[in-house]
Amino acid sequence: MRITKRNLLALTLSTALTLPGIALAQDGAIKIGLLATFEGAFTVLGEDGERGAMTAVNEFGGEVAGHEIEIIRGSSDASPDSAVRAARKLVEQDGVKVLVGPLSGDEGIAVKDYAKTQPDVTFINGSSAAQDTTFRDPADNFFRFSTDGAQWMAGLGTYVYNEKGYQSVATVAEDYSFPYTQVFGFMAEFCNAGGTVPSKSWVPIGNKDYSSVIAAIPDDVDAIYVALGGADAVNFLSQYQQAGGEAPLIGGSITVDQTVLTSEGRLRDILIGTPAAGPTADTNDSEAWLSFVEEYKKTDGAFPSPSLFAHGYYIGMKAALLALEETGGDLSDPTAYREALANLEFETPTGKVSLDENRNAIADIYLTEVVEGPDGNLVNKLIQTTPQVNQTLGIDKEEFRALGAVSRENPSCP
Amino acid sequence: MSLIETLRDENQSGPAFIRHIGAGNIILAVLLILYPAVASDFFLTQIGGYTLIFGMIALSLMLLAGYGGMVSLAQITVVGVAGYSVAIFGENSSDVMGFGWPWWIYVPVAVLFAATASALIGLIAVRTEGIYTIMITLAVATAAFYFAQQNYTLFNGFPGYAGLRAPEVFGVNWRDPLPFYYLCLGTASLCYAAVLYGAQSTFGLTLQATRDNQRRMRAIGYNTTAHKVFAWFLSGAIAGLAGVLLVWFQGRISPGTIGVGAAVNVLIIAVIGGLRHPIGPFLGAILVVMMQTFAIDIVGAERFNTLIGLVFLGVVLLSPDGMLGLWEKAKPYLKQNSLRPDP
Repeated sequence: MRITKRNLLALTLSTALTLPGIALAQDGAIKIGLLATFEGAFTVLGEDGERGAMTAVNEFGGEVAGHEIEIIRGSSDASPDSAVRAARKLVEQDGVKVLVGPLSGDEGIAVKDYAKTQPDVTFINGSSAAQDTTFRDPADNFFRFSTDGAQWMAGLGTYVYNEKGYQSVATVAEDYSFPYTQVFGFMAEFCNAGGTVPSKSWVPIGNKDYSSVIAAIPDDVDAIYVALGGADAVNFLSQYQQAGGEAPLIGGSITVDQTVLTSEGRLRDILIGTPAAGPTADTNDSEAWLSFVEEYKKTDGAFPSPSLFAHGYYIGMKAALLALEETGGDLSDPTAYREALANLEFETPTGKVSLDENRNAIADIYLTEVVEGPDGNLVNKLIQTTPQVNQTLGIDKEEFRALGAVSRENPSCP
Repeated sequence: MSLIETLRDENQSGPAFIRHIGAGNIILAVLLILYPAVASDFFLTQIGGYTLIFGMIALSLMLLAGYGGMVSLAQITVVGVAGYSVAIFGENSSDVMGFGWPWWIYVPVAVLFAATASALIGLIAVRTEGIYTIMITLAVATAAFYFAQQNYTLFNGFPGYAGLRAPEVFGVNWRDPLPFYYLCLGTASLCYAAVLYGAQSTFGLTLQATRDNQRRMRAIGYNTTAHKVFAWFLSGAIAGLAGVLLVWFQGRISPGTIGVGAAVNVLIIAVIGGLRHPIGPFLGAILVVMMQTFAIDIVGAERFNTLIGLVFLGVVLLSPDGMLGLWEKAKPYLKQNSLRPDP
């Protein structure tokens, strides 16, 4: 039978499709799944998460207790469905026993639900920060070493009320579980200090036109709390400025990060002086942080300063590897591995991290303010560190649970 | 312009029963029934079940586009109608809605809702032709996506619904890998056979004639609009069945499932597979699902979407009729083989 070039090409294509079914596993290598957003609106964030995870792997020289580490990547587009599908592939097809990820809030809740159906696999959070991933109805095999969005707000509400003198604040945030958690964390302190929040606006991810949102912000508020990420933050801030808005800003954890601060134009005038809080601070000058930044910068395409996604994935991956070291690279008994994880207490670039009984991290949180750096760039200057914030923000657990699940309406103090 | 060929081969032989169903279909059915013997659980549900579900969704598009000449981007919206109906009328764990009806009520209701929604979309879309049909259905799909994402009372917004479970009937949990695969296979075969049969029924022939020359059909007294809208209704029923299976498979539904990306995905599956025959969408679904699952293993996390795009481009470039067209091209070549001298 003669074979034309065209048939050959078709044959190549069809063979290429069946090839991956023959998965190649190295002997003795430990497979760890890495789930992040490598497609869709959060691609840049997912890639930075991967850099963070790889920084941790490199720190261990790519092996733990004599076993080589094999990272298998899975991609989602930040929607919960795609995260579960990617996790399923990693667990059920590639056979990973440890999975690090996902990146975004509702993905975390969905993967936690999936974790309950896979008791043999251990899930370690990447950077997803919704409260109910670990607080309500948690999964025994889901661990979060990277703290949640409410914890990230520690110190901010009190600071703006006492130091900045803001009495009433309007909020603008994206409409899903992570910003709910952030607004909750901010308001828990702010309302407790005596402040009021007369207006809350929720916008869809990827919104382009904020004119109706801006019109709905009351004129008499002292400041606006903005919990938007990436392009959404830039769009809102520039449109707010063009509309003549003059109220000072308060930032969520991903609102005034480097992707926004490096944007060009007059935006910088309104950004300077914006307080925010989160698990990292650009001007942190502790030795551990500086050496982390140096290691991080060795990865391909690194930002000048690691984002909190790189930070979250780094901590998660490092915890996974530390616990593996303790069990001697043995994953045959998931209980022993989980015990090692649960009892883990280690020094990170941002201070000591340990877990509570819901397997959620207790860690230091940084309060920052945007300032102009020596070279003219905007950076988040470290103002104060809130040490060892737990998931209930220092409130008694039952009392905290009584506050209810975070949502559009909860909390409320108009 | 005729997209569909007459389906009968002249040189058929064998007993009447085999001739009636088609030897190819029987071999295919046997292979698919035996597939679980060689497949792991992952290949059974994540590849097999998922492929059959998306094959059905693309089949509902093939019905409209192939026989009716109406390319719709709103098929995934119809799937969503069925999926959200299951979440709202059945049980979910999101504390919103969830009436807890038994499956034998909510499944027919969900499929009926989907078919009705599809007919309504069709009612709007049949007033347009060609690219305008694509545009108006895209508008419907986009609007539905944003509405579901921002409405919390009915659709529970961005997170959507979780905790949707396939029912246990006859002591079988239908979400277990093996039963679920056969459930998908059974439903898909049913839809496939229905489309094959329907294409040769009076209604199917009328629809195809309308596609080829609507003015002439109207002139000889056919209500072409009614025929087209009914085609939308039938296609909606197929998409609705697929929607029910999809939410049982995923255990959840969120606006991401019915987004614009997913809508385009369905069109890609149908085009890659081929619109000339109902088997095309299933072929396309195999290729697309395999690519989307495994491309990341071949080229890594950064460029896997490029590879997926290139393969799709390759298929369409080699054969504008998709994978079906490749076979059509190979067939005469293979037949002539015996006439060639040995090299």
